[in-house]
Amino acid sequence: MTSTTNTAAQIQQDVAAIDEPQRRRRVSSDAEDTRKTNWWATALIAVCSLTVLVPLYLAVVVALKTPAQLTEGTGFEWPNPVRWENFPEAWQRTNFGQALMNTALITVGAVIFTLLTSSVVSYAIARNIHRPFFKGVFFYFLAALFIPFPIIMLPLVKQTALLGLDNQVGMIILYTIYGLSINIFIYTAYIRSIPIELEEAARMDGASTWRVFRSIIFPLLMPMNATVGILTCVWAWNDFIMPLVVLTAPSARTLPLAQYVFQGQFNTDYTVAFASYLMAMAPLLIVYIFSQRWVISGVTRGSIK
Amino acid sequence: MATMTEAVRASSTGGTARKRATRLRSGESRAAATFYWMVWPAVVAFALFHTLPVLIGIFFSFTNYPGYGDWNFIGFSNYINLFKDDRVLHAYGFSFLFAIVATILTNVISLSIALGLNAKIKARNFWRGIYFVPYVLAILVIGYVFQFFFSNSLPKILAGIPLFADNILTNETWAWTAIVALGVWQACAFAIIIYLSGLQTIPGELYEAASIDGASPWRQFTSITFPLISAFFTINVVLSLKGFLQVFDQVVALTNGGPGTATESVTLLIFRGGFSGGEFAYQSANAVVFFIVITIVSLLQFRVLQRREADF
Repeated sequence: MTSTTNTAAQIQQDVAAIDEPQRRRRVSSDAEDTRKTNWWATALIAVCSLTVLVPLYLAVVVALKTPAQLTEGTGFEWPNPVRWENFPEAWQRTNFGQALMNTALITVGAVIFTLLTSSVVSYAIARNIHRPFFKGVFFYFLAALFIPFPIIMLPLVKQTALLGLDNQVGMIILYTIYGLSINIFIYTAYIRSIPIELEEAARMDGASTWRVFRSIIFPLLMPMNATVGILTCVWAWNDFIMPLVVLTAPSARTLPLAQYVFQGQFNTDYTVAFASYLMAMAPLLIVYIFSQRWVISGVTRGSIK
Repeated sequence: MATMTEAVRASSTGGTARKRATRLRSGESRAAATFYWMVWPAVVAFALFHTLPVLIGIFFSFTNYPGYGDWNFIGFSNYINLFKDDRVLHAYGFSFLFAIVATILTNVISLSIALGLNAKIKARNFWRGIYFVPYVLAILVIGYVFQFFFSNSLPKILAGIPLFADNILTNETWAWTAIVALGVWQACAFAIIIYLSGLQTIPGELYEAASIDGASPWRQFTSITFPLISAFFTINVVLSLKGFLQVFDQVVALTNGGPGTATESVTLLIFRGGFSGGEFAYQSANAVVFFIVITIVSLLQFRVLQRREADF
């Protein structure tokens, strides 16, 4: 068994080396880049980045105002005094705690089940792509990428209601299943780059297929697990149309859905609404700020391969 | 559909192969059996929750089912009526106008920004991180911020321009441009990252050689940069057009289809008609047509863009 782990570590390094355009690029672009700093480009990039930052700034200042302060100006002025009470009020009126719990539960559940299922299915497909059955399954999942959600939407609602899946559990199941297509596409290309000799060695030692997957393949898949995890997380957290049509009970509402309902009820109560928007966007934004490089490289890896 | 039957047929041949293998080596067949067990549950679940709804949708598109109660087969009537329905035609017109304009703008802007980020600039990773922020935000939620901006801030800031002073979102002719602004703002985040990773695959020596030969920056872009990132261009154009054609969140956040039905997209129309309009069957037919349209557009794009790629 120790020999297996040794080789596993070694292969892991090899695969890491294959997967390292990232590091090479960083070296070549920053350290070896002998070009002079382009101040014009820097200034232009900085100015253009305002288009990203201004809407976020607007969200923050409006959320800190009183309705009276808001009607005075254009909305962009910094409020004096700041009204923090918008946040507790928004928390209460949108039933924020529950929506946050629902979204967090659905997102975490979707990510865990997606990682566990997509990787297994992809492994089986990647290692048996020469067999007609697995090839057929691969193209079956791939073909589904062309199918737009509106065609599924109407019958799906009947189906989830019938099966009692018009709730958080149903959402987790749907995200896990609907993600399969793209995830299999992402995983299989990567698994096929992992040398099969390693698995054969483990099999000689009597390891079962499941064991090979668990102790050799899955650990090697970490970069792709990160990619798939990030994509699933952003999708499930921000998705609007699927919760809108599938979820029925008000207590099951997700964050975007709660904003939608609140907007419909109090559409002129901007200050409280903005506090609630800010709170809905904050969790993912904070995670992103602290893991920026990791998130960007993960998303890039998923789209380039 | 066709793939489903293929998969089933393929599985039966796989089964005989498995039996044959049993006779040869039992170890290998056990491994093969495990592989089948790894795939089967996913295939069944996918067929149940993805393929089955598609088939049910196609089935009901040939009926007059309103979403409840009795129904009868009515052949192709729904499909024929779709092409005579002004509201449907308008929704397709809006969706295509929006998608084409938004796709062009997204790709021009994000390629420009990516070129800027790829130049030797200060704090590149910081700026790259900022441009990617919209990707992690819910379109609906940030869309409400844009809605406030267009309806409350902009009229005060640009009070001199009647188009903006009167709230562009209530302008029947121009409301769609505000939706384009939100769509492009959000989609650029992803496109920039794809273009940037494409640009970073181009070796710097190429540019050095080109400048020694006296090629202008524009010439360098058209002869080196663009041909070498054309694969990334294809990815971005195909993905953004497909996404934009199905526009929904952006419309709900800004105009909710209004004023009137001026900015009603196909997805919004299917949602409204299918769920609250008693048009389950009719909008199912619409969805089938929409599926065909999207597939044709995607395939067409791939062919055109890939042929162009091959020229270089």
